[in-house]
Amino acid sequence: MFYGINENKLIAIVSMNEKVIVVENLTKKFGDFTAVDHISFDVHKGEIFGFLGANGAGKTTAMRMLSGLSMPTSGKAMVAGFDVYRENEKIKRNIGYMSQKFSLYEDLTVRENIRFYAGIYGMSSHFIKEKTGQVLGELHLIAEGDKLVKSLPLGWKQKLAFSVAIFHEPRIVFLDEPTGGVDPVTRREFWHMIYEAAASGITVFVTTHYMDEAEYCDRVSIMVDGRIDALDTPQQLKKTYAAGSMDEVFLKLARKATRAAD
Amino acid sequence: MTAVKVNNIVKTYGKKKEITALSDISFSVSKGELFGIIGPDGAGKTSLFRILTTLLLADKGGATVDGFDVVKDYKAIRQRVGYMPGRFSLYQDLSVKENLDFFATIFNTSVEDNYELIKDIYSQIEPFKDRKAGKLSGGMKQKLALSCALIHRPSVLFLDEPTTGVDAVSRKEFWEMLKRLKEQGITILVSTPYMDEASMCDRVALIQAGKILSINTPQGIVGTFGKKLLAVKSNDMLRMLHDLKKSEEVQDVYPFGEYHHVVMRNDSKELLRSYLEQKGQSFELKETEPNIEDCFMALMKTS
Repeated sequence: MFYGINENKLIAIVSMNEKVIVVENLTKKFGDFTAVDHISFDVHKGEIFGFLGANGAGKTTAMRMLSGLSMPTSGKAMVAGFDVYRENEKIKRNIGYMSQKFSLYEDLTVRENIRFYAGIYGMSSHFIKEKTGQVLGELHLIAEGDKLVKSLPLGWKQKLAFSVAIFHEPRIVFLDEPTGGVDPVTRREFWHMIYEAAASGITVFVTTHYMDEAEYCDRVSIMVDGRIDALDTPQQLKKTYAAGSMDEVFLKLARKATRAAD
Repeated sequence: MTAVKVNNIVKTYGKKKEITALSDISFSVSKGELFGIIGPDGAGKTSLFRILTTLLLADKGGATVDGFDVVKDYKAIRQRVGYMPGRFSLYQDLSVKENLDFFATIFNTSVEDNYELIKDIYSQIEPFKDRKAGKLSGGMKQKLALSCALIHRPSVLFLDEPTTGVDAVSRKEFWEMLKRLKEQGITILVSTPYMDEASMCDRVALIQAGKILSINTPQGIVGTFGKKLLAVKSNDMLRMLHDLKKSEEVQDVYPFGEYHHVVMRNDSKELLRSYLEQKGQSFELKETEPNIEDCFMALMKTS
C-alpha cells in the first residue's frame, strides 16, 4: 500500500545518478532583499524531495524559479534538462504543479477538468480519453465523472488534483502543501499516490507543514532565511541534530531565522 | 459559568438542503476555557463559528454566547465577542495603526484604553505601524488580526483556523500568545486542522463531516483509545506495511512519521513480534502512546 522511507530505494536512486534538478548558487533578489540566497542542491529521478522551511524562508520564490515562472537574479538551475533562463517554456511543459490553494476549476466537472488540463499540455484526445477512464478508476471516481468538482469532498479534490497534475506524465511534479487541511486518513492515502508516482519514475518535489510527512520523503532540505541550512535523509538529519523527530530538527533550525515570516 | 452553549445545531446548504455542514451538534464551553475544535477542512468548523458570531443562521437548534441568544440577541453578542475569520479580512489599504483605530472606534473604545490587553501581541508589529496591512508578512497579518479582534476586550474570542498554513515555529509562538490571553480571563474557541495542537487546549471537540466524534480533555481523549498501540520500523517500510496488512491478527495499521502504528486484535505485542520474525526482515518494535491523531483516525473508522 504505502512506500515509506526506504534506504535501499534511496541508494538505488542516487546510484542511478540521473539528476532531474540541478541547482547551483541560485539567487533571487527583490531590490536589496535577497529572498533566495545562493542555494545549491540536486534532485534525482524518482526521488521524493521534501522542501521545508518557515514561512518567509524563500520556498515559494525558489519553487517559482524552478518551475520557470520567475527569472533568477544569478546562479544556475537545470530542471528536466532545461535551463531556467533560456528554456523556461520547455520547463513548464515538462513539469506538473499542484498547490493547496489552487488546483481545479470548481465549476467544471471532474472530466472537464481533466480534459482542460490535459488539453493545455497538448495531449491527444485519444490519450485523454483512454487515460481518463484509467485515472477515474484508480480514484474510484467513475460515478462522479460528470459531477462538478465543487461538490466533491476536499480529500477527493486533492487526490484528483494530484492525478490531474501528473496526467501528462511530467518528469517532475511540484506539490506546494498538497495536504493542508486534509483529514488524517486521506492524508495517508494521498502519500500513497505520491509514492506510486515516484515509483513510476516521476520526481516529486513537495512542501509541507506536517512534520510527520517530512519522514516520508527520501531526502529533506530545510530553508532558513533564503539559504538551505540542512539537506539529508530524515534519519541522518535526526542524527546530526540529535533530535527525536523531524519536528525537533525543524524547530532547532527554523528558530535561528532572523527574517520576519511572510 | 457557561460562556458558550450549543444545542442540537443543524446547518445545511444547497437548494434542496443536500449538503449537511453541521448535523445535530451540541456542546458547551465554560468561562475562561481554551476550547479547541479540531477537524479537517469541510468538517463544519467555519459554519459553526459563523453561527456563534451571529453571521449565519442555523436551520435547527440554538446557541447562546455569554447567556445571549445568537438569533434574538445578536446585537449584544456582536458587542462582546471577538472574531478572527480564517481568511485575512482587515482593510489591506489601511495602515496597521489605522486598522486598529478603526476597530477600536467601531466598538466605542480606543487603542489606549485596552493597550494592556494587546501589548504582548501588538508590540511585535508596532515598529511597522505605518505600513499598509496588505504589505505585511503572513505572520504579521495574523498578529494584527488578533490585535483587532481583541481591541474591544471581548469576553469570548473566536479564532477560525488561525494557524493554517503557518509554519511549525510560528504555530508554537501563536499558541503561547493564546495561553497568555487565557490568563486574562478571556474564553477562547479556536479551530484547527492540526491534530497536534489539541494538547494546547483545556478541552477539545473532534469534528468530522459535521459530526462531533468526541469531546474531552486531550488526556481524556487519548485515554479512550482503549487499545495497546504498537510502533514498528525497518529499513523497508513499504514491505513492512504490506506484511502487516496481510496479517489476520492486525486490526489496523497506518504510517505514522518514522514508524508504522499497529493495533493488534488481541493487543499482543509478542504475537506481532513472532509474526514479523517469520517475515525475515529485521525490525524495531515498541509500545507507544496514542496521540490525538491516532484517536481521530480510530474514531473516523468506527463512526
